[in-house]
Amino acid sequence: MLRVIHSIRLATKTRCLDFRWRFGLIQLTFGVLALTVCIVAPLVGPVPISFNAVFNSSLPFSDNVDAQIFFIARLPRVLAGALVGGALAAAGVVLQALLRNPLATPFTLGVSAGASLGAMLVLILGLPVPIIGIAAVPVASFVGSLGAVSIVYALARFRYQGLSTNVLLLAGVTLNSIFSAIILFVQYLADYTQSFQAIRWLMGNLDVSSYTPILYALPLLTIAFIAFASLPRSLNLLTLGPKSAAARGVNVLQTQRLAFFSASLATGAAVSLGGPIGFIGIIIPHVVRLLVGADHRIVLPAATLLGAAFLVACDVVARTFMSPMELPVGIITAMLGGPFFLWLLTRTR
Amino acid sequence: MSCKQISLISNKHDATKVSLFKKMNRLTINFLIAPMLVLLTFMSVLTETQSPIAIPNRIISIVPAVTEILFAIGAGPQVVAVSSFDRTKEALSKPRVGGLLDPNIERVLALRPDLVILYESQVDQQIQLKRAEIPVLMYQHGGLSDVTPMIRKLGKQTGHIAQAQKVATQIERELENIRQRVKNLTPPRTLLVFGREPYAIKNVYASGGIGFLHDMLETAGGENVFGDLLREAAHPTSEMILAIEPEVIIELQVQGTTENQFSSETKAWNRFSTIPAVRSDRVHVLTGSELVIPGPRVAEVTRRLATLLHPKAF
Repeated sequence: MLRVIHSIRLATKTRCLDFRWRFGLIQLTFGVLALTVCIVAPLVGPVPISFNAVFNSSLPFSDNVDAQIFFIARLPRVLAGALVGGALAAAGVVLQALLRNPLATPFTLGVSAGASLGAMLVLILGLPVPIIGIAAVPVASFVGSLGAVSIVYALARFRYQGLSTNVLLLAGVTLNSIFSAIILFVQYLADYTQSFQAIRWLMGNLDVSSYTPILYALPLLTIAFIAFASLPRSLNLLTLGPKSAAARGVNVLQTQRLAFFSASLATGAAVSLGGPIGFIGIIIPHVVRLLVGADHRIVLPAATLLGAAFLVACDVVARTFMSPMELPVGIITAMLGGPFFLWLLTRTR
Repeated sequence: MSCKQISLISNKHDATKVSLFKKMNRLTINFLIAPMLVLLTFMSVLTETQSPIAIPNRIISIVPAVTEILFAIGAGPQVVAVSSFDRTKEALSKPRVGGLLDPNIERVLALRPDLVILYESQVDQQIQLKRAEIPVLMYQHGGLSDVTPMIRKLGKQTGHIAQAQKVATQIERELENIRQRVKNLTPPRTLLVFGREPYAIKNVYASGGIGFLHDMLETAGGENVFGDLLREAAHPTSEMILAIEPEVIIELQVQGTTENQFSSETKAWNRFSTIPAVRSDRVHVLTGSELVIPGPRVAEVTRRLATLLHPKAF
C-alpha cells in the first residue's frame, strides 16, 4: 500500500497526474484499507462464532447467541472504533493546522481533560441522576468537554481582536493541568473499586455494547465533519500565517473559529464514546502527511480513513490478544503505532 | 504480585471456554496489577506477627476486615483508630488514619498505639513503626478459609480468645450448614459482578477463580463462570459475557444505592437476551459494604448468595 501511495505521489510530482486524479486515487487507497479493516474486524474475536447462525433469520434474535455476539458485542465496537478513530485523526489534522504546531493533538486544548472530569464525577461521586436511561457517563463526559471548550474559547477571545492561537494553546495546556489535578483529587477521595473504574475509563474502551451511544455521537460528528469539509483550502493558506492568509482572502477569524469548534465537537463526541484514546490524534496526521504530502484537501479525508482503520485494527488486537482479559486499546495504539511511525520517519526522510 | 503466571485448568463444562482459555495459556504474562489491587483492600490474613508482651490496649487497624473482627470479638474498646474505608457504625466514631495507599503515619504515631495492623504491602510504614518501637501485625489477603484462623489469631493477640473462638466457630458452623444444604443441588453457572459503568454493560469487573468472593460463591452452591481464571478479577468484554452464558448474574453494589434503586439499573442487561440469566430473570443485586469485606460477616453474605442461587433450599 505504501508503494501505491508513493507512486501516486511521484506521478503527481512529475505532472503525470492532475489534482483530481491524485485525490481520487489516494482516497480510494485509504478507503479500501478502511473498508477492508471494518469488514474483517467483526469476523474476528475471542469467541469463535458460526456465521451461518448469525445470519440465520429463522432463529429469533433473542435466542441466537452468535447473532447477539455479532450484532451487540462486535459490530457496535467496530462502528465506535471507526467513528472515534476517524474523528480524532481529523481533529488532529485541523488543530495542527489551526495552531500551526506539529505537536498539537485533539487533547491539547483541554477537551479531553474536561470530558474525563465529567466522566469521573459520574463514576466516582455518582453525579448526576441518569437522564432518561441514557448511560450517564458519556453524557457527562460530553458536557465536561463543552465546558472546557467554552472556557478556552472565552480566554482566547478575551482582549484580543482575533482568536489568539498562542492564548488558545497556553490556556488549553493550563486547563489540562487544572482538570487533571481535580481528577486526581476526585480519584483520591474514591473507593478502590471506583477509582479502578475511573482509571480504566481513562485508558479508553470501545466496548459500547449497544448502538445508543453511537447514535447520540453520530449527529455531533456529522456536524463536525460538515464543518471540516469546508476547511481544507483555508487551512492550507492559514499554515502560512494569519496575515498572509488574510491577504489571500481568507476570513481568518471565521476559519479559526470554525476549525476550533468543529475539532472540539469531534473530539468531545469521540471521547464520550470511547474515552480519551491517545496517540491517534497526533500520529495519524503525521503519518498521512509523510505519505501524501501536506495539502489539507488530501490529508484531511485520508487521515480520517486511516484513523478509522487504525483504531479498529488496534481494537481487534485489544480484545483478542489476552482474552478473556481485555487490553485497554490506548495501550495498543501507542505500542503498535509508535514503532511504525518511527520506522516511517526514517524511511521517508 | 507484579508478574503472575496464569495456569489454566481445562474446562469441563463448555467447549467454547476450553479453546478460549487454551488460547490464553500461551499468553501468560499478566501485567495488569490493577484489578488485583481492588480486592487487595478487602482480603487479609495474618502472616507475620511480632508478638507483644502485654495485651495491647491502643490498637490501630488500617484493614477494614480486621476492624470488623476486632469489634466482633469484643476488642472494640481497645481500638483507638481505624482506616478511612471502615463503614460500620462502631468504627465511624473512631478517628481515621488513611488506608492502603495513604496511611498517615504521623497521625498513627500521635495516637501512641501499642499495636498497628497494616497491609503486607505497606513495607515502608512497617519500617517506620518498628523504628518507633511500635508492634506491627502484617496482613496478606487470602480466601474464605483464611477468615476464621485470622479471627482466632486476633483473639489470641488481643486477649479475647474465648469470644474469638465463639465467633469463628459460629461462622464455620454456618458455612458448613450452607454447604450441606446445597450439596446435592446443581450449581448454577454464575457471573459475580463487583463493578461496571452505571447504566451500561461496559467495563465489567467480575470475580475470577481465586479470592474470597469466588470462595463464597462456591460455598453458596454456585459455579463461577470465571472459575478457571487464576486471578482475583476478570474484566470480560460484552462478547465474552454473551459467550460464557451465565445462568445467574449477581451484582455486588458496595455503597450508594439501595437494592430497589439499583434493580432499575439491572435493566441494562436486558439487551443481552440470549444470556440464560437474563431470560429467566435471574439477574440479582446485593448491596452493602460487608459484601467485599472478608470479616465476621462472611457467613451472612454467603447465606445471602445461597438464597439467591437456590431459593427453594432456603
